[in-house]
Amino acid sequence: MEEKEAEQLEQEHVHEVYDRIASHFSQTRYKPWPIVERFLQSLPAGSVGLDIGCGNGKYLSVANPGIYIFATDRSAALVRIAAAERRARGADVGVADGIEMPVPSGRFDFAISIAVVHHFATRARRVDAVRSVLRGLREGKEEQGGKALIYVWALEQGGSRRGWDEGDSQDVMVPWVTRRKKKEGEEEEERVEKRYYHLYRKGELEEDIAAAGGVVVENGYERDNWWAVARR
Amino acid sequence: MKLLTANFVQCSVKACSATPKCFPLHFDQQTADVPLELAHEDVDFSPEFIYNILPRIDWPALLITARELGNNMLPETTPEIENPNAPENEQILRDLHTLLLETQIIQGSMRCENCNHIYFIRDSIPNFLLPGHLVQ
Repeated sequence: MEEKEAEQLEQEHVHEVYDRIASHFSQTRYKPWPIVERFLQSLPAGSVGLDIGCGNGKYLSVANPGIYIFATDRSAALVRIAAAERRARGADVGVADGIEMPVPSGRFDFAISIAVVHHFATRARRVDAVRSVLRGLREGKEEQGGKALIYVWALEQGGSRRGWDEGDSQDVMVPWVTRRKKKEGEEEEERVEKRYYHLYRKGELEEDIAAAGGVVVENGYERDNWWAVARR
Repeated sequence: MKLLTANFVQCSVKACSATPKCFPLHFDQQTADVPLELAHEDVDFSPEFIYNILPRIDWPALLITARELGNNMLPETTPEIENPNAPENEQILRDLHTLLLETQIIQGSMRCENCNHIYFIRDSIPNFLLPGHLVQ
């Protein structure tokens, strides 16, 4: 797929969909995933970091109150929802593209990218998105450097209701169904939106991180997702 | 957008990120459609928070941002504070708290000194998306 074609696909099947489903989507996204919670709570006071693809901002209130997070998303509708979470001392939000991130290199102690990189439609763009997550991190040996947590949807989720598994196609359209009753007694109106996902197979996230110049320091599988902690 | 955030954002244009002029973004030229509007929003004061975040701040950039927004009261270099809870440090930490966390930029624009692209802040949310011709 060409770059332009990939961007068009992302525009129609990621950005526009999230803008339309923002408030409904947000009502379903309130439970933090344990790995993300653990990562955020392990950060020392005074840490400064990024939440790239923050959605409704559900992680802004999970983090310990001594840290500062600049959270961005491509969807202005989701960022408006996330803005309500920044009353907290250590949070702010902005609208930004995951690849063209408006942040300086090497100044951040941490970054999180939760369920974001799988929305880019080519390998080159996914590697660029990972590079963009790593670029902001402080350089330095081991604990001296910044660290990023990246979380993507897995192909291997035989136990989930979606039922995808090893060997299936990795590029899929996932329906998002909104049902709404216009008036009492009337039939429900159903609207189906299709979101594009690239489902990661085992080991692929680590390959993308390496291609982006990062080093994986910890990785695993949690609830239908692959995750990795990486440094520059 | 909190004033603190201006210390951590720069121009999104790839070609600009290679030049030192992409940071900080400047508040020196405002437009008539989106005039600069600042507001004070109360945030609970934590001397430790300011103390811990100080080493992460790019002080020369903060001086530029503060001056452009009308604050000329900052010292020329990062204040050296040993104990955030010592009474003699309370005033400076409170002043920084007010400046960095309680000063909300409700609307206005930020300009890249390299490419002159303007980023708007509306309803307190900055937008860094680029028009098609600026994306490489």
